[in-house]
Amino acid sequence: MEIRLSGVSHTYDDFEVLQDINLDIPDGRIVCIVGPSGCGKSTLLRFIGGLERPTHGDIVQIGDPPKGCLNPLTYIFQDFALLPWRTVRGNISLVLEDHGIGGAAAQRIIDDVLARTKLSDFAHALPKQLSGGMKQRVAIARALAVNPAVMLMDEPLSALDSQTRELLMDDLIALWTRAPFTAVYVTHNLAEAVRLGHSIVVLSRRPGRIREIVHLDRPLDERAYGDADLEAKQKHLWDLMRDEARAADAELMNV
Amino acid sequence: MSDLSLPSAPPADKPQPTTNQPQNVPFRGGGFRPRPIKGIGIALFVILIALAELGTRTGWISALTLPRPSDVFSTFIELYQTGLLFEHMAPSLMRFLVGSAIGVFLGIAVGITIGLFSLVRAGLVPLVAAIFPIPKIALLPLFVIWFGIGEASKYALIAFGTFTPTVVATFGAVDNVDRTLIRMGQSFGLSWFSIVRKIVLPGAMPGILSGLRISLAIGIILLVAAEMIGVEFGIGSYINEAGNLYDLERLFAGVVILSIFGVLVSALIGLIEKHLLKWRS
Ligand SMILES: Nc1ncnc2c1ncn2[C@@H]1O[C@H](COP(=O)(O)OP(=O)(O)OP(=O)(O)O)[C@@H](O)[C@H]1O
Ligand SMILES: [Mg+2]
Repeated sequence: MEIRLSGVSHTYDDFEVLQDINLDIPDGRIVCIVGPSGCGKSTLLRFIGGLERPTHGDIVQIGDPPKGCLNPLTYIFQDFALLPWRTVRGNISLVLEDHGIGGAAAQRIIDDVLARTKLSDFAHALPKQLSGGMKQRVAIARALAVNPAVMLMDEPLSALDSQTRELLMDDLIALWTRAPFTAVYVTHNLAEAVRLGHSIVVLSRRPGRIREIVHLDRPLDERAYGDADLEAKQKHLWDLMRDEARAADAELMNV
Repeated sequence: MSDLSLPSAPPADKPQPTTNQPQNVPFRGGGFRPRPIKGIGIALFVILIALAELGTRTGWISALTLPRPSDVFSTFIELYQTGLLFEHMAPSLMRFLVGSAIGVFLGIAVGITIGLFSLVRAGLVPLVAAIFPIPKIALLPLFVIWFGIGEASKYALIAFGTFTPTVVATFGAVDNVDRTLIRMGQSFGLSWFSIVRKIVLPGAMPGILSGLRISLAIGIILLVAAEMIGVEFGIGSYINEAGNLYDLERLFAGVVILSIFGVLVSALIGLIEKHLLKWRS
């Protein structure tokens, strides 16, 4: 399933947030969105997921979601959004219950996604017993359980320390390599963008417009930590963003 | 008041030595964290009662100021031995249970609808604010006219008294439920009803339970008021009768029963909290 955004603009009251965004999210690819703080990345992601509607423009799905897909557009949140009163298993079964999946069928799905995220031993733990990295893996497992057509991730790793972040990036790459999924990945972190993105959309400061789309052809599993080629791309991205970020920062101070 | 423990300050009058001697970094943390200390509660009770006993025996507390605790105790024993204790307790307990069950149940239901629907909120919040401060005791004659002199008017008074604090606690608790969890539920396509049942209700539970402590204490207070008119048996009527006769021993025996009752209710809620809110860190 593909997603196409055409002419998406948005204003909150008189406050212009996004301007004329045209973007294709191709099937089986990870599209990263980077941009200075407050440029409307999270807003854009909420539009794609149908949690909010833009004032102008259209967001369309092309093609049908794959068979067995329970929730085509599925989020992974920065702060994990796990129910603290449910165990790991309970948090995953939460999203299956409403689709009438229970008993042995739910059991099978839950066991599968827990194995894929290496959480099988923690099925009965409560979120308060887990580290940040594990919580985010639970959130990833929960997203995988509904077999999404497109994963929408809003800074999924930014609440974690950098070591955990590296490990989780490896996990995401492994998951993608085994079964390629479509994803929109919002991040502040350019290193994450060049590790995970097939294309990287650079937004300008608010009102957010597309400044450039950078494509990376190297397969995800061949991108290593500290790769020179990726460093060059990352530097290019930073050059694009630096002035925007600086200007955005000055603007925020003047409010 | 906070649990503030002050570290001992270094003597300020001495001239500060300017040596390069290594020194321990002064400790400035600690405190502000209530922790359970066993036995203190009971010890305080015992000390206060012992003081009252001593005071009344030696005479620096006159018999008209405070009854002697041992006399209150023997009144209590007498009450127990004659079987009157049970005869007073049973109807009171019934009134409290029925009345507060109605009040708490309706209160939680109304509180949740206020928390979920803007229209209901706009209408009911001012109304609840208007009826909250009314002393419900003042309305007893009205309830007697509406519901008769029998049990129904007692239930109504206690229900009404527990209703308003439960409403206020419940909608506050619903407001405090983490919105990102609700967004998460929506983003996974959960139905409205599922979101309320599986996310809003459990998320509001801590606030609802702590509101319940207040509501049920108010229910106990109103028990005495409810039994002021047309009642033969009941802790409240026992206290009222003793009060009218200035029989301080019996008055205190009745009051002690209510206190014990209050402690039991609070302990019960504590138990429920411990069980239902295991997930809290
Ligand atoms: N519901 C709202 N009402 C009014 N303004 C909003 C609302 N949501 C976001 N905004 C504003 O829109 C702008 C874009 O917000 P958004 O959260 O999309 O930015 P972002 O790019 O995700 O920022 P960050 O990098 O800090 O996460 C911000 O200036 C924000 O203050
Ligand atoms: Mg954001």
